[in-house]
Amino acid sequence: MPKRATREAFGATLIELADEGLDVVAVEADLSKSTTTATFAARYPDHFFNVGIAEQNMVGTAAGLAVAGKVAFTGSFAVFATGRAYDQVRNTVCYSELNVKLAPTHSGITVGPDGGSHQMIEDLALMRVLPGMRVLVPADYRAAQAALRIAATTPGPFYVRLGRAALQDVYDGSASFELGRAYTVREGSDVTLFACGVMVGEALLAADLLAEEGVSAEVVDIMTLKPLDVATVVSSACKTGAVVACEEHSIIGGLGSAIAEVLGEQHPTPFARVGVRDVFGTSGDPAALMEYFGLTARHVAAAARGVIARA
Amino acid sequence: MERAVDIDTIRTMARHMRLDIVDMISKAGSGHPGGSLSSADIVAALYFGVMNHDPQRPQWPERDRFVLSKGHAAPLLYSALANAGYFDRDHLNTLRQLGSILQGHPDSKKVPGVEVSTGSLGQGLSIANGIALGLRAAGSASTVYCLMGDGELQEGQVWEAAMSAAHYKIDNLVAIVDHNGLQIDGACADVMDVGDIEAKFEAFGWVVTGVDGHDIPALVDALARAKSVRSAPAIVVCRTVKGKGVSFMENDADWHGKAPDEEQTACAVTELSCEL
Ligand SMILES: Cc1ncc(C[n+]2csc(CCOP(=O)(O)OP(=O)(O)O)c2C)c(N)n1
Ligand SMILES: [Mg+2]
Repeated sequence: MPKRATREAFGATLIELADEGLDVVAVEADLSKSTTTATFAARYPDHFFNVGIAEQNMVGTAAGLAVAGKVAFTGSFAVFATGRAYDQVRNTVCYSELNVKLAPTHSGITVGPDGGSHQMIEDLALMRVLPGMRVLVPADYRAAQAALRIAATTPGPFYVRLGRAALQDVYDGSASFELGRAYTVREGSDVTLFACGVMVGEALLAADLLAEEGVSAEVVDIMTLKPLDVATVVSSACKTGAVVACEEHSIIGGLGSAIAEVLGEQHPTPFARVGVRDVFGTSGDPAALMEYFGLTARHVAAAARGVIARA
Repeated sequence: MERAVDIDTIRTMARHMRLDIVDMISKAGSGHPGGSLSSADIVAALYFGVMNHDPQRPQWPERDRFVLSKGHAAPLLYSALANAGYFDRDHLNTLRQLGSILQGHPDSKKVPGVEVSTGSLGQGLSIANGIALGLRAAGSASTVYCLMGDGELQEGQVWEAAMSAAHYKIDNLVAIVDHNGLQIDGACADVMDVGDIEAKFEAFGWVVTGVDGHDIPALVDALARAKSVRSAPAIVVCRTVKGKGVSFMENDADWHGKAPDEEQTACAVTELSCEL
């Protein structure tokens, strides 16, 4: 199976949804080729609005389209769609609980050579803290299709985090996804690796490395970061007694924080975070950056050994 | 002190910078050739004629300031700074690589001569206003230059800043627009029509000059006149060709943000070299 980026699911899924009769529209900010909304625009030109380089206008326009009864998706890159337009997302979309679905691409450090100005590693923190915002972080192409579908068909604000890097499939065609459910993609008994997005693949590779040493790692895909599947998080932590949270995001405010909040209150467990350690990104090849920021499987495995030693 | 401006030097430097841009982006395997090439004559005129600066003293208080609001034209700025002597030209071979000082978009923490980090469009004019207000308060004679793209003008913040500059009569500022008519998704007029840029800035209280952005004597003249404007902000709207100098990149939005392959690079280098 060739690798596919989660962003490739964006335009394709919008077309499917419109084909099925859903009243879906997309508002873009001069990045339709990069986000793939151009494919939707070509097929449904009347359902597509390009506002130019104007992300605040993009979110505001989507809000208005939602008020007018549409299921309104927005494009652009994660850094601009969440950062530049934050007040529009907060005070218009979320405060009014509008049917707006932010699905920006180019999240995280795997953006690569464009550098730190374009590598959004704070978006999960920014989106997760907003009341009423649901946050989905798909791990592969199929999960991205499902996440976009869930966002489109569930009323209210959504954030779907899409990426630029081509990824190996985590799921096969038989997988089905629900809002608010975590998926145990590998069972284990010694440590739980909670992961989202591109880190699910790395966590699975880390589990292979750990297995060679006789360590049994459970890998749980937190595709829905919010609302978090608290029952699955707590029961896996109870079972293994050692937890690592893995995200292509700052260690502050994202998946690691969400897991720590729940376990701290309900079931304190030895815990480690794998993520970008409170620094901005930098230019480089995506694979080299994954290594540089300590996000590859071997770093996840090392973190797992560390928490097991403390368990 | 006004120095004599040597048109031939600017012209020669612009050609060298175009070669650097193609070479750097080709080696990096990614980057933004179109908008770097369209602004090359403008930035050459600034760094090798118009601006008062000293590469040996990047923090010299009396220097003129340059804000590259369209930060994706980073290769152009890096070439200008390296050729002026702010840092060794060897760095140009490291563009966009892990560990390089030359990030995909300019990082002022890493590169001598970069006044402020840019890359998120639409923010430069506000920053330039702030620098100019600060310099004015300090009694400085320096001028602040700010280069924006035409697509960039779609950002609302540009017009907030345009209003402020007129309100505060910021006359130690010269804004420049690279009006190449293209952005990523196509022609600006088709994506989100910016309309009559000159009339819009005029309506906002600016003194506006339109010029051919590849006619170096006219450009130098327009920049000098803009600098001499008093009691109002001034802007030079430069009509340019995106990808200028490389025939197959010219006027083609597809060359906004992709690297030429080996064969294309060789073609581009041949075209640019025969002008030297
Ligand atoms: C706030 C923001 N939104 C989107 C982008 C992505 N982007 C980079 S360049 C570009 C198009 C710029 O067009 P223009 O201003 O006309 O520049 P030029 O033609 O001179 O290259 C876009 C949308 C960005 N860098 N910043
Ligand atoms: Mg342009």
